[in-house]
Amino acid sequence: MKPFTYERARSPAEAAAAAARTPGAKFIAGGTNLLDLMKLQIETPGHLIDVNGLALDKIEATAEGGLRIGALVRNTDLAADERVRRDYGVLSRALLAGASGQLRNKATTGGNLLQRTRCPYFYDTNQPCNKRQPGSGCAAIGGYSRQLAVIGSSEACIATHPGDMSIAMRALDAVVETVKPDGTARAIPIAEFHRLPGDTPQIETALEQGEFITAVVLPKPAGGTHIYRKVRDRASYAYALVSVAAIVQRDGTARVAIGGVAHKPWRVEAAEAEIPRGAKAAAAAIMAGARPTHDNAFKVTLVERTLGAVLAEARS
Amino acid sequence: MSHVSFTVNGERRQLDIDTRTTLLDALREHLHLTGSKKGCDHGQCGACTALVNGRRINTCLSLAVMHEGDEVTTIEGLGKPGDLHPMQAAFVKHDGYQCGYCTPGQICSSVAVLKEIEAGIPSHVSADLNAKPGVTAEEIRERMSGNICRCGAYSNIVEAISEVAGSQA
Amino acid sequence: MKFDTPATTNPIDQLKVVGQPLDRVDGPLKTSGTAPYAYERHDVVANQAYGYVVGAAIAKGRITGMALDAARAAPGVITIVTAETAGKLDKGKRNAATLFGGPEVEHYHQAVALVVAESFEQARAAAQLVQVDYAKAEGAYDLAAAKQAGVEPSEGSPDQKVGDFEAAFAAAPVQFDRTYTTPDQSHAMMEPHASIAAWEGDKVTVWTSNQMVDWATTDLAQTLGLPKEQVRIVSPYIGGGFGGKLFLRADTLLAALGARAAKRPVKVALTRPMMANNTTHRPATIQRIRFGAGRDGKLTAIAHESWSGNLPGGEPEDAIQQSRLLYAGANRLTGNRLATLDLPEGNAMRAPGETPGLMALEIAMDEMAEQLGLDPIEFRVRNDTQVDPANPDRPFSQRQLIECLRQGAERFGWDKRATKPGSRREGRWLVGIGVAAGFRNSMSMPSGARVRLDAAGVVTVETDMTDIGTGSYTIIAQTAAEMMGVGMDKVVVRLGDSSFPVSAGSGGQWGANSSTAGVYAACVKLREAVAQKLGFNSADTAFADGQVRAGNRSAPLGQAAGEGGLVAEDTIEYGDLAKQYQQSTFAGHFVEVAVDAATGEVRVRRMLAVCAAGRILNPKSARSQVIGAMTMGVGGALMEELAVDKRHGFFVNHDLATYEVPVHADIPHQEVVFLEEADATSSPMKAKGVGELGLCGVGAAVANAIHNATGLRVREYPITLDKLLDRLPDAA
Repeated sequence: MKPFTYERARSPAEAAAAAARTPGAKFIAGGTNLLDLMKLQIETPGHLIDVNGLALDKIEATAEGGLRIGALVRNTDLAADERVRRDYGVLSRALLAGASGQLRNKATTGGNLLQRTRCPYFYDTNQPCNKRQPGSGCAAIGGYSRQLAVIGSSEACIATHPGDMSIAMRALDAVVETVKPDGTARAIPIAEFHRLPGDTPQIETALEQGEFITAVVLPKPAGGTHIYRKVRDRASYAYALVSVAAIVQRDGTARVAIGGVAHKPWRVEAAEAEIPRGAKAAAAAIMAGARPTHDNAFKVTLVERTLGAVLAEARS
Repeated sequence: MSHVSFTVNGERRQLDIDTRTTLLDALREHLHLTGSKKGCDHGQCGACTALVNGRRINTCLSLAVMHEGDEVTTIEGLGKPGDLHPMQAAFVKHDGYQCGYCTPGQICSSVAVLKEIEAGIPSHVSADLNAKPGVTAEEIRERMSGNICRCGAYSNIVEAISEVAGSQA
Repeated sequence: MKFDTPATTNPIDQLKVVGQPLDRVDGPLKTSGTAPYAYERHDVVANQAYGYVVGAAIAKGRITGMALDAARAAPGVITIVTAETAGKLDKGKRNAATLFGGPEVEHYHQAVALVVAESFEQARAAAQLVQVDYAKAEGAYDLAAAKQAGVEPSEGSPDQKVGDFEAAFAAAPVQFDRTYTTPDQSHAMMEPHASIAAWEGDKVTVWTSNQMVDWATTDLAQTLGLPKEQVRIVSPYIGGGFGGKLFLRADTLLAALGARAAKRPVKVALTRPMMANNTTHRPATIQRIRFGAGRDGKLTAIAHESWSGNLPGGEPEDAIQQSRLLYAGANRLTGNRLATLDLPEGNAMRAPGETPGLMALEIAMDEMAEQLGLDPIEFRVRNDTQVDPANPDRPFSQRQLIECLRQGAERFGWDKRATKPGSRREGRWLVGIGVAAGFRNSMSMPSGARVRLDAAGVVTVETDMTDIGTGSYTIIAQTAAEMMGVGMDKVVVRLGDSSFPVSAGSGGQWGANSSTAGVYAACVKLREAVAQKLGFNSADTAFADGQVRAGNRSAPLGQAAGEGGLVAEDTIEYGDLAKQYQQSTFAGHFVEVAVDAATGEVRVRRMLAVCAAGRILNPKSARSQVIGAMTMGVGGALMEELAVDKRHGFFVNHDLATYEVPVHADIPHQEVVFLEEADATSSPMKAKGVGELGLCGVGAAVANAIHNATGLRVREYPITLDKLLDRLPDAA
């Protein structure tokens, strides 16, 4: 871990300004992913801006009937919030399926959106990785890729986005609110927040240098049955092989986002028209164009079968 | 170097410390409170679990300088030989450990788990998100899953925690 | 004491203390975080500096250059040690690869430099500045590809042929021929390898985490070119080993080298991401099993061949061991083939040989039973043997396999098992139960101990035996308490120091029986010394309740010690009873699984082990050994696999997030039953071992339960959902 200087920010705008001012600066909130990566010299910030003191730890009702979740709301608190449990069950479930109790106590809403991939080649600094070191190549392609992406990947990167929370937020059509170093605020629909790798896998989100997440806004409750189904090798404390976040209405229509398959939460709105026709048709449409590797071809089948189980559960 | 002060097991501590020092290393290497263990240093095992302001966290993934004014409780603060915390005593009685290396983390975590259930925080296995979770073996297992025990004392650990939960009820 | 005839009645048979389910004596220390592990010894020596290991970035080749200037100039750096600067190093005879690489690199993450600095943060940061250039060489990393080049190993277990397998197999009315694979596995003990080394003149002391203190002492001395007397190893608490800490490893050597170069004490721990490739692992196997049987279900031909790979100088994974002894059959063929692979060194992991061997053999038995139309337990019963099949004059000292299986069947509800696989459904779950035989040989090792008696009647035991979570402290205290007639509160046990008598150490499940037998031997001597001191006739002296009695005379035990105390030391050694008798341990493992019909996720619902393993010295800690082993068995069955990058030659998933081991949520309540046994041929303790037995067979019991639940056979471990998915019934 490289030496770094450290400051505690006093306001979101000040944090953003400090980040823009200091080359190599990073925000730190829960720190559960950033410190992990700093120890391995994968992240090498020269300056850390501790944002934990900012008063962004509230969940408030919005005028539109939704919820504004402060960026510093911890995963545990978000999952346990009564309104979230009642009206956004898929989000509560997704959070509870992630990580461990200890990590959820630290991990924040904003930080969780910025989780970096768990691709083992990204984590091993002896190996080439376009995400870690642009232009160095991708060791995962042709290597051990069981956990990695099956769709939306590129010649440069086949990493997966590791999140659970973000998958549910994608199904919920959440909006990420930020403040830029110049003090202007913007709202980024979650669909546009995470990016596919393309030729620049090191750029993972729509955030600009210094841009700071202040909140995530959920639209007013969509009703329906909320299900988050995470499929993994061990029963807990593991990343998803495949996860399905679904909000299923009585009429059989549904919104579905898939985790564990792509560089971002995977949702194909156009494919959702197929859902009333069953999981096979819907999964085929959602996963159209999938390019799995030898190691992870099973994920395509797994998406279909998991979606089938989720839709069946919603019906019952 | 940076200055930080926090309370550990009821005692005020002041440290001038490398900004890179984790809370875990501050405890182990600077304060010589070695009950919190380093099993992975990456939040993958739970051996470093301690309570900060009453909540359990992985102390390996938190910088010491980020804990200004916090109250930290480590395994040493729960009890000591001759004066064990009920959870520590239950682990002895049920042989809820073998090599002992994950044990402080398991115990800190289990003390917090019972509080989390009491506070009504749901878990992945809670059947009804909107109901108060029960103190069942299934709930305990899920909530303790961030504490790996390679010796495989899980079955005994769950019995120890269940016994303490029962006596608290 | 030479143990060369079966034990008769001795003081241990009183079972006042031995055999009781006592709480561990080290429990209060472990549960309060005050048991000191290697890296935590702030108390032993002042002014400790921090060493951080740099691992090789390639699997095979040469270092062509090292740029150390930036690291040397980094804040806090005291010294940097490389193989080039370390001076001449030899290699311990138990290491295949050298522990300090350079210029040759023998495997990925082989240590190539140690950076020593004032703080951990400084050492780590400087280590990350070390630049190493390599010339990569071609290596062999794929067992399946290297298999054909496998040769019969020169050491260890040569091929065994009994009768005429080929002819008997060809003539058998029912034939079976299947191949199974088991992956590389990682010990993944919770405490990383760690050492603190301090030199005093030309003598070095290392506080470390090692299962075999004498091996570490011997091999560190040899590696450093020192007389053994100049090396002291201290290892009183070990945060798990499972075979991964049997040998001298890089942390110990590098701490010693770093301390010598820095001229002050140095502590070194391997980082978690380095452990899988820097240290040893359980090698992968490819196993072919062939059975020939009559329609009566009796095996007439058994062949078990296993292929594994290792570095030059490494040994094969002896996966065929159990197949020489577990079932009857007149015609047999067993053998290992060893291929050269340039992956990290393969070596012992908990129940080496039998663990992967039984993972294959006991699926094969299940498959063969099905082919014969027999119940899997009945099939095993029909093929039981009470003698070594290769030498019918050599009986098992004890063998209650059938009883293990029958009692297990009764307790587990085997009669409710669906005879038609895939026919029991509970909601989304397909449910099934499976069985496997557990088998692990019981080895005995010489083991020494010193016992001291003081005037207060306190007995202090010193032996270099280790407690790796097995309960050694407790059972040794129980042994001394039983022998000397004192309460547990009057016994002090000191372990894990090379200044104590050499013990069996912890490995091969021999530790409990052997080390307590060594304490028994020393206590026999101490009893004689006490009787002599008191002027009692030692033959009819009784030790009980802190008193020594002979005839109508009685004295407090401490009286014999007087002010100077009494000391006795002895070593248990063995005659040829292990040659006359086959000494083994047996189990019946029962598992119930539920398989998600849609996703193929497997969850274990119930587990039972019925064990026959000689006298159980402490049923509480022994039971823990077994449940822990069962847990590891679940890991091996369902998730554990070091994924090999076959292009670059390393284990890719080298941390605890990606090498998944079972967590709480994977493990149900576990039942363990120990059958009444006392094996007079094993030692005066009449005990054997259970720590490995508990693992042997579990993987296959899980696999067989999955088959019973789904009708699907998977012969490639681990049985992850992707291997079931395509063959599961159509989703709802």
